[in-house]
Amino acid sequence: MAIIEEPLALESGQADIAERPLGVMTRPQGGNGWRDWLSSVDHKKIGIMYGVAAMFFFVVGGIEALLLRTQLAFPEQGFLSPQLYNELFTMHGVTMVFLFIMPLAAAFANYLIPLQIGARDVAFPRLNALSFWIWISGAIFLNSSWLVGGGGADCGWFCYSPNSGITFSPTHGVDFYAIGLLIAGIASLISAINLIVTVLNMRAPGMTLFRMPVLTWMLLVTQFLLAFALPVITVALFLLIFDRVFDSQFFDPEAGADPLLWQHLFWIFGHPEVYIIILPSFGMISEIIPTFSRKPLFGYSFMVFSGIAIGFMGWGVWAHHMFVSGIGPISVLAFSLSTMFIAVPTGVKILNWLATMWGGKLWFTTPMLFAVGSVAMFTIGGLSGVTHAIAPADTQQTDTYYIVAHFHYVIFGGGVLGMMGGAYFWWPKIFGYMLNETRGKIHFWMMLIGFNLTFGPMHVLGLQGMSRRIDTYSEGFGFEFWNLISTIGSYIIALSVAYFIYNTLRSRKEARDLPPPGPDPWDARSLEWMLPSPTPEHNFDEVPIIESQDEWWHRKYGYDEDHNVIRIATIEEAAQKGDAVGVHLPSPSFWPLVLALGLPLIGYGIIFNLWLCVLGGLLSGGAIYAWALEPVDDPDADHGPHDDHGHDADHSDDDDDGDAVAVGADDSAGDA
Amino acid sequence: MTDHATQLPHVTPRITINRAGLWLFFLSETMLFSGILATRFSLLGTEVHEDVSQTIGLVITSILLASSYTALRAEHAASSGDRATCAKYLWLTLALGAVFVAGVAYEWAEAFDAFPASTEFGTVFFLMTGVHAFHVITGLIFLAILLNNARLGRYDDDAWPVEAGVKYWHFVDVVWVFFYPALYLI
Repeated sequence: MAIIEEPLALESGQADIAERPLGVMTRPQGGNGWRDWLSSVDHKKIGIMYGVAAMFFFVVGGIEALLLRTQLAFPEQGFLSPQLYNELFTMHGVTMVFLFIMPLAAAFANYLIPLQIGARDVAFPRLNALSFWIWISGAIFLNSSWLVGGGGADCGWFCYSPNSGITFSPTHGVDFYAIGLLIAGIASLISAINLIVTVLNMRAPGMTLFRMPVLTWMLLVTQFLLAFALPVITVALFLLIFDRVFDSQFFDPEAGADPLLWQHLFWIFGHPEVYIIILPSFGMISEIIPTFSRKPLFGYSFMVFSGIAIGFMGWGVWAHHMFVSGIGPISVLAFSLSTMFIAVPTGVKILNWLATMWGGKLWFTTPMLFAVGSVAMFTIGGLSGVTHAIAPADTQQTDTYYIVAHFHYVIFGGGVLGMMGGAYFWWPKIFGYMLNETRGKIHFWMMLIGFNLTFGPMHVLGLQGMSRRIDTYSEGFGFEFWNLISTIGSYIIALSVAYFIYNTLRSRKEARDLPPPGPDPWDARSLEWMLPSPTPEHNFDEVPIIESQDEWWHRKYGYDEDHNVIRIATIEEAAQKGDAVGVHLPSPSFWPLVLALGLPLIGYGIIFNLWLCVLGGLLSGGAIYAWALEPVDDPDADHGPHDDHGHDADHSDDDDDGDAVAVGADDSAGDA
Repeated sequence: MTDHATQLPHVTPRITINRAGLWLFFLSETMLFSGILATRFSLLGTEVHEDVSQTIGLVITSILLASSYTALRAEHAASSGDRATCAKYLWLTLALGAVFVAGVAYEWAEAFDAFPASTEFGTVFFLMTGVHAFHVITGLIFLAILLNNARLGRYDDDAWPVEAGVKYWHFVDVVWVFFYPALYLI
C-alpha cells in the first residue's frame, strides 16, 4: 500500500493569465460558465456531456416509441400515416442505438476508465473533446432530417436494399441516415482509439492488465469492437450514399449487383454492435454485484476471458440475421452452430454473477436491484436468442414481434437496466450527492414492470404471427389484447423515466440539507472510490501504486490470523483528500468544437449543394490546421514541483496527427 | 529530489502513446479498405474492365511507390535534425503524390466515358479510386503542413509529426499495393 511520498507543492499559476501570444496560437484558459464546457478537454466533463446528451436522445427516442405504441394500441387506427409510422420506427431504432445507448456507454467509459486505472486523463484529451463534439453534431444532423429532409429515414434501422434506394425511399431521410451515421461513426472511432491507448499506456504503477476492474476490461473489449466494426459499416454507408447520390449500382440486381451485399456488410458491423451495446452494461453489473454482495467477484479471470471471447466470437455470427435471405444450407448450418456457441461465454458470466451473490451478504440498494434485474431480464432475452439460433425456428420467427421482444429484452433489459444501475451507483461520485433510495426503488419497480408489460406480450404476438413494422392490424386475429397491454406498459416505462429525472432534481435539492456522501458511500472496491465526491478536476492527488485486484477494498480491509476480514483503515484515512494544488492539467481548446461544426455542413453539402461542402471543408480543415499550430501546453501553466518554466526542450511544439498534451509523460507525480 | 528528466518507470513516454494511437488508426483503416476489397470481389469476381489504361496504372503505381522512398528519407532527415534535407525530400514526396493524383484524375476523365458510375465495373472503380485518392489528398495536405513547419525548424527537437505524417503516407501506399492489382491486373 505504498503511495508516492512527495506532495504536490506549488500553487497553480492560472489566476490572472488572460490571453498571451505563445507561438502561433494561444490556448484558452478555461475559466467559468459555458466557455469552460465548450472548450473542456477534461474527461469527466466530456463524460457528463455525453451522459446528458444521451439522456436527451433517450427521451426523443422514447417519444417516438410512445407514438408507435399509441398507434398500435387498438386495431385499425389512423393515428399515424403508414409513411410516418415507417419513419418513426426507423428513427426510434437509430436514435436508441446510436444516440442513446452507445453514447451513454461512452459517458461511463470517459468518466470511469481514467479513474479506474489511476490516470489523470485520457491519452489524447483534445481528441476526446473532438469525439464528443463530432458525435453531437452528427446526432443533430441526423435528426434535422425531420425539419429539412422531408421526414426521417423510413427503411428500418438496418435499412435493407432495395427499401433504401431512391425508388422506395424518395425523400432525403435515408441520405441523412447514412451521412449522420458516418459522422457519428467518426466520433466513436476516435473515442475508441483514444480509450484503447489510454488503457494500454496510462495505467498507474502496479495496475497490470489483470488487476484492472472488470468494467474497464469490458469497456476495453467494446472499444476494440468499435475500432474494427465501424469501418465496415462505413463501407456499407459509402455504398449507400454512392447509390443514392452518385447513381452507382451496388445493390441493384438488374445491373448485376447484389442487394445481399448490404446485408452482409451491415451485419458484419451489426453483430459486434450488439456486444458493443451489452458489454459495458456487463461491466457495470460486474462492479455493482460484488460491492453489494460484500464478496469479491467470483471467477475474475473467467469474467475477463469470457468478455474477450464474446468480443472475438461476435465476429463469426453475423449471418444468423440473414437465415431467410437465401444464403444456402451450409452457411445457415455454420452460423447456426456459431450462434449457439456464443451463448457459452455469456452463460459463464451469468453463472459467475450468481456465484458472486451466493453466500454473500446481499444489500439491495437501487443499483443492486437494477443489476440483478438486468441479469434476469438479459437471461430471458438470451434464451429467446438461442431459439433464433435454430434456423427452422428462426425462419418462423423472422420479422415477427418475437424478434422485437427478443432484442428489447437484451438491449433494454440487459443494457439499459444495467446502465441505470450504473447511473445510481456512480451518481454520488459524479455529482457529489446521492439519489434518493426510496424513489430509486420505486423507479426500478416501475421500469421493470413497465418493461415486462411492454415486451413480454410481444413474444406471444410474434408467435401468433404478428409482423413487425406494420402500421396497423385487423381485428379478429387475437392481437388486440396483448397490443393494448404492451401500449400500457410503454406508458409505464415513460412514467418511470420521468420519475427518474424528477428523482435527480429532487435529490439534488434535498442533498443541501444532508451530509455529503463522502468518497465511498457504498463501501466499494475499485480506485475511483478513493477520490472525493465529486471527483476533483485533477483526479488523483498522488498516483496510487496498485498491489492487488480490488485495490481500494484492500486498503480498507485486511485479514487477522484466523483469516477473518477486519477493517484496517477507515474510508477517511484511506481516501485521498483532493487538495493537491498546482497539478499540471491539459489546457482547454476550442478547435475540437470548430472542427466538428464543419462535418454537418459537409453532410448538407452532399445532399443539397456541393458548395456547402467547400464551406464545411474549409471550416474543418482550418480547425485542424489551427489545432496543429496550437501549443501543446500553455508554457505559463504550472508543470509541477520542479519546473522552472524556462525550458523548451522537453515540449514538442506541435503535432498534426494526434494530440500531445503531456498528461502521462509530464505528469507532476512523475517528478517525485 | 530529482531533476525533471527523471521519471518513474510507469510513465509511458509520450512517443509510445502517440505511436499506439496511430497504429490503432491504421488497423481500423485496414478494416475499411478490406471491406472495400471484399465488395469488389463480391460484385465482380476477378473481372477487370478491358478499357482500364494499363499504362497509367503502371506509371502512377510506380510513382506512388517511389514517393514512399522519398518520404522515408524525409523522416530520417527529420529525426537527425537535418532541416534542409527533410524539406527537400518532403518537396519531392509532395510532387510525386501530386502527380499520382493527377494520374487518377486523368483516368477518371477517361472512365466517365468508358465505364461510368452507373455500370457495374464503374461503380466499383470509382469507389476504390475515390476513397483511396481521398486518403492521398489528405496525405498531401499533411505533407504540405509538415514541409512548412520543417522549414521553420519546428521539428528540430521533436520529429514525431514528421514520423506520423510519413507513416500515414506509407500506409496509403500499402493500400494501393492491394488496390492496384485488384483494379488493373487480376
